[in-house]
Amino acid sequence: MKKTHIILLLLIAASIVVLISYTGDLTTYETIASAREKEGKFVNLIAKIDKTQPLVYDAIKDPNYLTFTAVDTLGNSIKVIYHNNKPTDMEKSERLVLKGKVQNGQFECKDILLKCPSKYKDNPNSIDKSQTTYSN
Amino acid sequence: MNYIGEHLWLGQAGHIFNLVSFVASVVATIAFFFGGVADPNDPNAKSWIKIGRIFFLVEAICVFATFSLLYVIISNHYFEYKYAYMHSDKSLQPEYLLSCFWEGQEGSFMLWSFWHCVLGIVIMLTAKKWEAGVMSVISFAQVLLASMVLGVYLFGHKIGSSPFSLLRNEMDWPILSRPDYLTLIKDGTGLNTLLQNYWMVIHPPILFLGFASTIVPFGYAMAGFMRKSHDWLKSAIPWASFSAAILGLGIMMGAAWAYESLSFGGYWAWDPVENASLVPWLTLVAGLHTNMIAKSTGYSLRPTYFFYIVSFLLILYSTFLTRSGILGDTSVHAFTDLGMNTQLLVFLLIFVIPAFTIFAIRYRSIPSIAKEEATSSREFWMFIGSLVLFLAGMVIIAKTSTPVANKLFGTNIAPPEDPEFAHNQIQIFVAIVLGLLTAGTQFLKYKYTDTKQFVKNIFWPVLAAAIISLLIAFFGDVNYTKKGPVFLFAIHLAIFTAVYAVTGNLSYIWLVLKGKLKAAGASVAHVGFGMILLGILISSAKKTVLSWNTTGITPLAQAAPGDKNPAGNPAENLTLFKGVETDMGKFMVNYKRDTLNVEDRKKYYEISFKAKDGSESFNLYPDVIKNNKGMEGFAANPASKHYWYKDIFVYITSFQQNDASDTTRFVDKDIKVGDTIYYSNGLMVLKSVSINPASKKDLLLPGETALFLDVDVTARDGRKYAAMPGIAIDNSSIRQISDTVVAQSLVLQFNKVIDQDKGILQMGVKESGAITDLITLKVYEFPMINILWLGVVVMVIGFVMSIIQRYKFLKSKLTIS
Repeated sequence: MKKTHIILLLLIAASIVVLISYTGDLTTYETIASAREKEGKFVNLIAKIDKTQPLVYDAIKDPNYLTFTAVDTLGNSIKVIYHNNKPTDMEKSERLVLKGKVQNGQFECKDILLKCPSKYKDNPNSIDKSQTTYSN
Repeated sequence: MNYIGEHLWLGQAGHIFNLVSFVASVVATIAFFFGGVADPNDPNAKSWIKIGRIFFLVEAICVFATFSLLYVIISNHYFEYKYAYMHSDKSLQPEYLLSCFWEGQEGSFMLWSFWHCVLGIVIMLTAKKWEAGVMSVISFAQVLLASMVLGVYLFGHKIGSSPFSLLRNEMDWPILSRPDYLTLIKDGTGLNTLLQNYWMVIHPPILFLGFASTIVPFGYAMAGFMRKSHDWLKSAIPWASFSAAILGLGIMMGAAWAYESLSFGGYWAWDPVENASLVPWLTLVAGLHTNMIAKSTGYSLRPTYFFYIVSFLLILYSTFLTRSGILGDTSVHAFTDLGMNTQLLVFLLIFVIPAFTIFAIRYRSIPSIAKEEATSSREFWMFIGSLVLFLAGMVIIAKTSTPVANKLFGTNIAPPEDPEFAHNQIQIFVAIVLGLLTAGTQFLKYKYTDTKQFVKNIFWPVLAAAIISLLIAFFGDVNYTKKGPVFLFAIHLAIFTAVYAVTGNLSYIWLVLKGKLKAAGASVAHVGFGMILLGILISSAKKTVLSWNTTGITPLAQAAPGDKNPAGNPAENLTLFKGVETDMGKFMVNYKRDTLNVEDRKKYYEISFKAKDGSESFNLYPDVIKNNKGMEGFAANPASKHYWYKDIFVYITSFQQNDASDTTRFVDKDIKVGDTIYYSNGLMVLKSVSINPASKKDLLLPGETALFLDVDVTARDGRKYAAMPGIAIDNSSIRQISDTVVAQSLVLQFNKVIDQDKGILQMGVKESGAITDLITLKVYEFPMINILWLGVVVMVIGFVMSIIQRYKFLKSKLTIS
């Protein structure tokens, strides 16, 4: 056997080990109910903002504190706390991917990924709609 | 029905050009293929090639024409075309008109196709006996790219999405059935604000040229199979170098764009879209190195075929990943789904399956040397390096492909908690190995190297690298302890190898090449690569947050750096009130004013930075631009203060503006010196009354006498503010000079003197919820980031030098023979 072959095998083996160990780091997409069952475990929650509940972000009091209620497709809801600024398009997003963990019945969020309505699905009303101004 | 005001001939011409370019590239593919498999001396081959050339030129003219037509449509705001409506508006500055091309999928396919045409013409002029083979591959790719923008229905299936489709055919809005609908569509939905940036004018064309150019080495490999001959190696090297240079430059320009205009606070985030273009670069560079080996020694010919094939297929795979919408949950900037996933998959598989099949069938016939490489030979270590590049790429792409696995196997895999670290902890070791190989392998000779000579050669560069990296370790303050001591050690080791890559290649130019720069292209590119590694390592490991929120305003998040709040997130946002100086670590920062620039529709904020030690003060102007496309909010563009050794980087995370008219009224209170008045959020004490105080002289007109109240405001959180409302008295009139405590939304006004003898005065107190303009911002410091950018420039220069050198060599060879 050639030594290039040995090295080839070793490196491929190393890559496979790396990828297998990576699977240990992977997390899962969860619903609110299943995330509650896995309290303390880092998960990805797919949900949207519950518009009937208040979304609190007051930069005067604390620019690193956002809280709102998320609701998923099954109708469950949970209070979310995010220690960062409010992502700008948040109210408009139709779906959120919340990364974090459930702690004491609340979702301590580390990162928020917004899914905004596709620009290819614009509705005709938006033509005449005047632009809304940004406010908290 | 007759619609008013439409410019239909442009679109009709565009459709025709699209169709012609599709048909012409089919003919060109067939003609070049027959020319490619035939014996070069066969007269039939020559006539096949002639036909191929004619049809390819027709195709190229059509592509250039569709490009121009679409530009006319966009620049004249013909909103009857969906593409113009969706991707531009009237207020767009002319310099961004081209950017509309790459906002949509159709336009970016056209850009890709455009570059294939340019590259094809260069190949036809220069490739000589490999022309037919390479051109048949390019023409075939053009068939598929043309099909992407056809927009025709075939047996009920839509093939492609045309950039010339009309709004009224695509949308079923009621108004579109009116003959005068164009008068109702006042403006387009505009170009995405993130693309309104100068990097976005130049980065996509360069990146797409990089993408497009990977087809040339792939084409050479395929041409080799067609002709059953493998002496294309010399001709492919300049093309592979060109591709690696341009693709690398395009990727790093994307990084520069992310750094300058995106607010994720950095230049690289291991985002799937970034990975998808990095991985083909890694395999292409691997192929370039094995190509060098194969040309010089005959070893590694099979891997060369493999790497060139894989690089192009990875470009197609990345196209599929970024355009199919499959990355939706993991990427922040993939394209949206156009409903063309089947076609994209066909585009991918129609290359993958035949390419790998031919490779497998012909594998045995590709010459390979039975005797193995000597351990002391350059080819051995170059091959190892290529292998490491390739496997590193495979690890990255495997991680990036988890959404594909979810789709295929119905699994539920999400990215890890810290996706960046998941990549970093592996790639740091790749960086260490690559740094060492980049530095040392140059000193090895092909076939066999004398150990003594080798040790002598590498002694000084190793010593220099060791000294420099030890200095960095002891005085550089690289203390990235967040991920444990092993990772920190790996960072320092990688810094050593990166420095070694620089010193090693510099001394190679000096000692071995004796300073002959003409021959030093590869070494210069390697120096650049070393600098890139070094810049990445230091700027990432030493990135610090300057806007740690330690003010009393935030009782919940008074975390010191290192302390963890419940979510493990630092409190990186700092609130600034307009006109109020705020403490931020080394600096006092002040949000002074803001202006709306009508030209680029951006709102600029003037933020002043004053070093507490008095060493410097400067202003930065981060801006925000109102989002379009029906999205609320705004996009923030960072601003940076550049030093040679670091960047101070600031961007606005939110702002609040007082637009509402103030409806609250003053409440009048009688007060004496020493009295206390309460307001909703604290109390204020009147300390003294002063007549004509020197500090307020600027506010007075000549001839006025003024009385000022010296008031101390103490907020509930213990913060103190001073306020000095006053009155100015002229012979005939009284003028009030009110004062505000912005942070407390307080306005104080000195109304009048009620009883001079008893010292009773009247003060108006107004509390308003809406007087405070404020912003929240994040400020970072990136040390040594300039090494990274400079490294990119040096690397590209190195590539260009080696391309010129190889091209001259090829030419001289040709004239001799």
